[in-house]
Amino acid sequence: MTATTTSLAERAGEALATVDDPELGRPITELGFVLAATVLSTPAGTGVDVRLRLPTYFCAPNFAYLMVADAYDALVAVRGLDWAEVRLTDHFAAEEINAGVAARDGFADAFEGQAVGELDELRRTFRRKAHLACLERTCRKLLDDGWRIDALARATLGEVPASAERDSLTRRRRELGLPASADTPLFVDESGAPIPEEQVEQRLRFAKTVRVSIDGNTGWCRGLLRTRYGDDATAQEGRAAQEGRAAPEGRSAPESTAQPAAAANPGGAETPRSAEKREVS
Amino acid sequence: MYTKDGESYFIVDSHVHLWDGSPENQANRYGKGFIECFYDYHRNLSPEGWVWPLEKFEKYGEATLMKDLFEDGYVDKAIFQPTYLTDFFTNGFNTTEQDGFLAERHPDKFIVNGAWDPRDGEAGLAALERLAQRWNLRGVKLYTAEWKGDSKGWKLTDDWSYRYLEKCQELGIRNIHVHKGPTIYPLNRDAFDVADVDDVATAFPELNFIIEHVGLPRLEDFCWIATQEPNVYGGLAVAMPFIHSRPRYFAQIIMELLYWLDENRITFASDYAIWHPKWLIEQFVDFQVPEDMQGEYGTLTPDVKRKILGVNAAKLYEIEVPREATVPDEVADSTEAVGSAPAVPA
Repeated sequence: MTATTTSLAERAGEALATVDDPELGRPITELGFVLAATVLSTPAGTGVDVRLRLPTYFCAPNFAYLMVADAYDALVAVRGLDWAEVRLTDHFAAEEINAGVAARDGFADAFEGQAVGELDELRRTFRRKAHLACLERTCRKLLDDGWRIDALARATLGEVPASAERDSLTRRRRELGLPASADTPLFVDESGAPIPEEQVEQRLRFAKTVRVSIDGNTGWCRGLLRTRYGDDATAQEGRAAQEGRAAPEGRSAPESTAQPAAAANPGGAETPRSAEKREVS
Repeated sequence: MYTKDGESYFIVDSHVHLWDGSPENQANRYGKGFIECFYDYHRNLSPEGWVWPLEKFEKYGEATLMKDLFEDGYVDKAIFQPTYLTDFFTNGFNTTEQDGFLAERHPDKFIVNGAWDPRDGEAGLAALERLAQRWNLRGVKLYTAEWKGDSKGWKLTDDWSYRYLEKCQELGIRNIHVHKGPTIYPLNRDAFDVADVDDVATAFPELNFIIEHVGLPRLEDFCWIATQEPNVYGGLAVAMPFIHSRPRYFAQIIMELLYWLDENRITFASDYAIWHPKWLIEQFVDFQVPEDMQGEYGTLTPDVKRKILGVNAAKLYEIEVPREATVPDEVADSTEAVGSAPAVPA
């Protein structure tokens, strides 16, 4: 029993680590946005109860919605979990977002009258930015290693030496639906078309500004989260989900749950309102 | 005036507030959330010793502001940027009238900017006319994420916004300060997007569009627009305080701005009372691009700092700059785009 719930908690943690902040392009676990993730046994089966938090009360509601919805989708796909509940705390639109995700209604319904569609285009815009920033990081490394601009324009992805930069570039290309095999060109635009050599340098210059911007926003968000929730707020990587004790009466026993920053968050996280768990399997 | 190492700097603080965010004035949980968000900005980026208690930060009053800006903070002229937020704060957070009454008690210290909201329609146009007359407006501050009933914001390209911009032109209000926020209609779009600035800057070449916070968190989009639109400026409020906690990032921001715009279109601002101008100005005058980044970015000269700290804003608002703090005029490379690609590549 213990072994099962532990591995479930690990799998839930791994699932949460696949969820990116769409604006920053980094996992919510690494950014410290997962306040708590607790595996619970209830009459509805074994599930996971997740609390998310963000750097400010007024973080953009569309990005917040995507993170809650993506976390929910990732957890629902975990084998062995019967239900998942994901709730955003301390946010001006938490109620609309939580209710909307729980009801699987989509963003436009969650914010009735205030949105004219779903968030696919928004997500795509920021995937394009993330791709451009990753392309810049990869190329900067190559230029530091002595490559020249014309070589960047001619290179294939497979000719780039293995590196963390190349891996993340490959991932970004796949996210955008672009070909990412070794024989495809390295320097492509957001539609996958190769950039002519004479445009590479200028494109790279703009890509650098994109990279500076995203890196800067990431640092700002991390700093604000620390200020809001205490100094350990972003030091919880790899501890996203921990084991919760199965309660005999079907309700949670919270003393062993993961609450990484609860102590530094007086009056912060709402009390879990877990009367109705969602069935997900 | 601030003097250091024989160099004089005339200081225009282009973005200051006298706000009331106290619990008595908070209309709802949004007001509370708003001032607490500001307070986190303040705590996160202020050096040790410069952090106020929340109670003081919520409402600091005239005497504190006057001492901080003009006695301690080296400021020669401060520009009030109102932020109404009447859906969050009963008497408004910081209105033109509140600023104006204070400015009248201290002649020659302040420039009073107004505000408008296209959702106010015809009645708002008449109100803007009265406001302009009463306070001799030369600029306005627009907050596109301001809530108004069910509406969570607006765009500069809204039909009524064009009417208000035309009215500004007619009234001689030439400086349009624009601040983007996290909400806007429709909510599924990126509220921080600055593309609407591009459209109105082209449509109103006689107006200057000063983008507050240099478009952060969309620095790259702001740069791309500003390089093509000579009447788009970058206000450094919120970017400035990174000079202390993240100097390398600050160097990147300022040098990216100097690359895409030029040294004539960047203006200093403290966003007081979020940050205190004294330490910002002292650190900026002492600041240099880190040595290992100079090959990539170059360096900051006293003349460039002088322009950013006061000369540029003084031009926008026709403020006289003392001779020792002036910078010789040169041809500004502000009309030709640096970017040469035909379309925005991101």
